[in-house]
Amino acid sequence: MTNLIRHRLFWPIAVLVVLLASNLVFSDNFFTITLQDGHLYGSLIDVLRRSAPLVLVALGMTLVIATGGIDLSVGSVMAISGALACLLIGDLSNPDSTTKVLLVVGAAIVLCLVFGLWNGFLVAVLGIQPIIATLILMVAGRGVAQLITGGQILNVHSSPYRVIGAGYFLSVPVSFLIAAAAVALTVALTRRTALGLLLESVGGSPTASRLAGIRARRITIMVYVFAAAFAGVAGLIYSSDVSSADSNAAGNLIELNAILAVVLGGTALTGGRFSIAGSVLGAVIITTLDITAVSVGVPVETTLLFKAVVVIILCLAQSATFRAKVFGRFAAKRTVTA
Amino acid sequence: MIDTTTPPTAGPKTRGSGRRIYRPNTRHIPVLATLALLIVMYSVGVYNYDGFGDTQVILNVFVDNAFLLVVAVGMTFVILTGGIDLSVGAVIALTTTVAATLLAAGWPPGVVLPLVLLIGTVIGLGMGSIIHFFKVEPFIATLAGMFLARGLSLLINRNSIPITDDFWTRMAQMRFRFDQGVFISLNVVIALIVVLIAALVLAWTRFGRNVYAIGGNADSALLMGLPVGRTRIAVYTLSGFCASLGGVLYSFYTSSGYSLHGQGLELDAIAAVVIGGVLLTGGSGYVLGTLLGVLVLGLIQTIITFQGDLNSWWTRIVVGILLFAFIVLQRLVTRKAR
Repeated sequence: MTNLIRHRLFWPIAVLVVLLASNLVFSDNFFTITLQDGHLYGSLIDVLRRSAPLVLVALGMTLVIATGGIDLSVGSVMAISGALACLLIGDLSNPDSTTKVLLVVGAAIVLCLVFGLWNGFLVAVLGIQPIIATLILMVAGRGVAQLITGGQILNVHSSPYRVIGAGYFLSVPVSFLIAAAAVALTVALTRRTALGLLLESVGGSPTASRLAGIRARRITIMVYVFAAAFAGVAGLIYSSDVSSADSNAAGNLIELNAILAVVLGGTALTGGRFSIAGSVLGAVIITTLDITAVSVGVPVETTLLFKAVVVIILCLAQSATFRAKVFGRFAAKRTVTA
Repeated sequence: MIDTTTPPTAGPKTRGSGRRIYRPNTRHIPVLATLALLIVMYSVGVYNYDGFGDTQVILNVFVDNAFLLVVAVGMTFVILTGGIDLSVGAVIALTTTVAATLLAAGWPPGVVLPLVLLIGTVIGLGMGSIIHFFKVEPFIATLAGMFLARGLSLLINRNSIPITDDFWTRMAQMRFRFDQGVFISLNVVIALIVVLIAALVLAWTRFGRNVYAIGGNADSALLMGLPVGRTRIAVYTLSGFCASLGGVLYSFYTSSGYSLHGQGLELDAIAAVVIGGVLLTGGSGYVLGTLLGVLVLGLIQTIITFQGDLNSWWTRIVVGILLFAFIVLQRLVTRKAR
């Protein structure tokens, strides 16, 4: 039992279960999943579908935080990728051509890779603090997105594009499948190869890992490229879901939610270790929280208060000083009696 | 007046050598660069646009950015210690919302004004205590503060509340006229007083020297017997106070309270401080630089308004480019100093 409680995913899972259970109280058919027109329907499916963008962004953020960095620009990158995709699709002669839409999607992701390289260059080559380096793109990025869309909300009508965010494959939401594939890819890359170990060693100490023969600079650049690419895909999912590009609303505050998701999942902001499963859980918890707020009937904004409390509690729980101050006394007594 | 004093050295190497006579000058390079930029921007404006040379154009930059100036002064203290405060925008929203709600309920302004200032100060005090006592990262602690303040103001009222109180209206309409059509508002006077006090405190009080010392190297400061904890908490408290004072000025400026006021203002404040030449790693910079930074941001907006055919999103892009330029400049300067 203590082993179960000690497991680092215990508390995130407990929070998620409590949230889902509280939904059951307020809406009877929360857990019913029905099959309509060959699509799975139900609140649980909705949770999976709506958490896809945050899961993607949180994945990239996990890798960046594992190296001791942080990426504030993900929201702006989301806005840019959605804006570029919608602009290009609007220019297509036949917006329903699948190959052309795929090319557009590819172009948007390539642009995001370039932005990721830029962030990585600032952090790894110029040696600027990650918060500040990515702040530049966070500030300028929304301007760039508005430049692309001409300051307007671009609406697109393209059935292949709509599949990304709102479509179903084998009666499962496509956005969920994309997120699941990204998670599988990241897990395979970091836990089946030495990459995860290298990431953690760079996060632990860049200097020591460089001296140990790890190309720390290359790894740092790579995580920012990953984060930007995942953010780009998330931006495509978001803009495809609403069939438009809104440079202000796309990815608004998602960097903070993603950081929150990562912290919820037990990854320390100091870097050096990370938990992908934890971050995914964290992202699902945050989405569930938003959906719960709606079903309970409180304004969605009040979830901010809840998030504030959660962040404070989690940070205090992770802070060694706090544990020593509060629980240290009990621990000492216990050892005496034992 | 501030330039005559040299803050304690920021770099880890403080051993003397003959060449260090030049060192105070490298410290001034970012501020001088900002001043040069400001002069160039102003000259370009005067040369290109009719009526740009009016005194009132410059004064309007002050009138429109007085609240930002006050917030940025608080941010300067925080960044000088090597921290960051993300909560300022949300604290502005909370201040305006609480003030508008209480005034609408018929509370006397003499009670409301100190109360809202107290709220901001207490939030700052809380964040500072969490950062110091529990060794939580400033980024995360102030993020929680941001969620808390924004959530609270949304909980109080989600709509914009007009302020019709007599005292508030009188303060909002108070003008100091120098000449026909040449005036500044009360906000500007308050903001300039804040800048003056902050500059004096930083340059000539024990507290100010402690702020520089902690930003230079917190461990050495502690070993030197400086009150690191007290100073650090005081800095966040001060930033909270400045944010709520900025909120009061904002409510004078807009005559309303709204839970969405000041969104993204923390970024503007950080950008102003950085462009003003304050080192983001802490330990070096001046309040005068922050004043110049705010003026640069204001002048960018003025030029874009005068240009007419440029859209507002160019502001963000230009601010991003300037941020990048100044951060790289900072890197070069600190590298040379070592």
